[in-house]
Amino acid sequence: MAMPMESPISFTNVGRIRWWQRGIFASQTGYVLLALAVLLVVMHFASPYFFTEGNIQNVAKNFSFIAIATLGVTFVIITGGIDLSVGSMMCFSAMITSMVMTELSAPGSAAGSLFVHMAADGKTVLANVPGLILLVSILAGLGVALLAGLVNGFCIAVLGLSPFVTTLGMLSIVRGLGYVVSNGRGSFPGGPDADYFYALTSGDVLGVPVPFIYLVVLALAMAVVLHHSSFGRHVFALGGNEKAAELTGIPVVRVKIEVYVTCALAAGLQGIIISGWLGSAPANMATSYELNVIAAAVIGGANLAGGIGGPLGAIVGCVLLEVIRNGLVLAQVSSYWQQTLVGVIIILAVLVDRIRSRMI
Amino acid sequence: MTTTEATPVLELTGIGKEFGAIRALHGVDLQVLPGEVVGLMGDNGAGKSTLVKIIAGNFRPSHGEIRFAGSAVHFNRPIDARGVGIEVVYQDLALADNLTAAANVFLGRELKRRFGPFALLDHKAMAARALELFGELRSETRPDDLVKQMSGGQRQAVAIARTRLSNARLVMMDEPTAAISVRQVEQVLGLIHRLKEQGVAVMLISHRMPDVFAVCDRVIVMRRGEKRADKPIHQTSPEEVTALITGAKEAA
Repeated sequence: MAMPMESPISFTNVGRIRWWQRGIFASQTGYVLLALAVLLVVMHFASPYFFTEGNIQNVAKNFSFIAIATLGVTFVIITGGIDLSVGSMMCFSAMITSMVMTELSAPGSAAGSLFVHMAADGKTVLANVPGLILLVSILAGLGVALLAGLVNGFCIAVLGLSPFVTTLGMLSIVRGLGYVVSNGRGSFPGGPDADYFYALTSGDVLGVPVPFIYLVVLALAMAVVLHHSSFGRHVFALGGNEKAAELTGIPVVRVKIEVYVTCALAAGLQGIIISGWLGSAPANMATSYELNVIAAAVIGGANLAGGIGGPLGAIVGCVLLEVIRNGLVLAQVSSYWQQTLVGVIIILAVLVDRIRSRMI
Repeated sequence: MTTTEATPVLELTGIGKEFGAIRALHGVDLQVLPGEVVGLMGDNGAGKSTLVKIIAGNFRPSHGEIRFAGSAVHFNRPIDARGVGIEVVYQDLALADNLTAAANVFLGRELKRRFGPFALLDHKAMAARALELFGELRSETRPDDLVKQMSGGQRQAVAIARTRLSNARLVMMDEPTAAISVRQVEQVLGLIHRLKEQGVAVMLISHRMPDVFAVCDRVIVMRRGEKRADKPIHQTSPEEVTALITGAKEAA
């Protein structure tokens, strides 16, 4: 089969692309990271409190609260889609998780008797199997996210509806369901496993907030999936040229459904973590967070036209937003300026990228 | 190159296709022999693309039979056609701009290595094989470069390299020279010669008369959904083919 090579291939007319013109150095993620580094240095000199342990912990915790969902939405954005339902999904998953937890922890009820019993004093509720309630309720929360993600994916990949419209509808549907199941009041994690729940969502390990640990683990996993698995390759191909993906035999429908499910699960997990930090899942929780999440992804270099993006960019975008918010507070600027500034940064980041790609 | 006793790699008998009330193809018979380069010509709407799409598995024919290397085949999807050894270079090349040349060559059939329960991409093996293919095609293309930074000729080479991954017996190229520069046209015609040297049959769908006369052994002219001519290239002339395409001459 192999044709004999008369001479090894030589590159007389085709130069090698220099290292600073390829990879991260030539990406929006690269110089937003640079801008972030500069900002950190400026903050250090502007405020003596910025680099204190407490403040860094705060920043790490706060950006972790949107960064996991940003990882999920980045998957969708790379395929050239969009998911507007992440904010509602956070709320609904969190709400279902704490409602199931409360329900299963009621000793009198039919479901509750399987999981808990009363202690000898007749007041304290004890778990039959410690941690089981927590596991079931988190699985329930993620389960509803999975279902909503499947519906999103089915409508977009199989029925061919536009991602924008489908997920806009899902935003409203899921938020509405949250009001319905809680009667508009929201819900609270409760029962014997509530302490585990708080430890797993808002605790820390050796001073590192746990949400940050989850984020790092998930981001590394995402990097491996995107760049070293055929699924990741197909996600990029779908965003680059959907028709080509189809003609080369990539299972386009399956890949699309998978990214929307992944995104919904990430949002659900994020919501559950936030509710642990808040101590409750109010019905209006995470309202309009989808905009922060998408803004962070775009600032970090994900291209809404598809084909470009990654976990590092998602995190850099979230950190930048959080450092600015934190910086404005430390500098005693009114926090109302934050939104305006975020808008300016979104446009600046995309503008700089446009100028750079014209220069090459 | 044309030998009478060889089994045709592709044989169509009585192929017809209707879209509702429109008859796009009618009673097309044709054969392609191994290592033969066949030019398929015709004006817009003559039925060229429909014929190509039937052979590539995009459409099913309403009538007739397709035999590939001697046995009857039925394609439901493009992957089925690829499975038996028919590769297509689409007019728009079907490349993902944001990926590297090697990634595009292996799109949909990535090489993987197993790490315990996970199968991860084997970047090294893919880059090495892609470089080998570009070498065979005499194209100065680096496997790690992004397709969006490439010239038209390089992109064409990437699309053609893709057809060399499997043991393709028939490569169909839809207007490969329509949108590229003169020098790059030379390169593409060179690529077709290399496929022919390998014994691969090539079907070249083109509007450009000089290209067809430069590389093809035989030319087939379509008009109004029917095959109007099927001649060895040295027994015809550009003038005659033009007359056949426009209908000035009914058949030859």
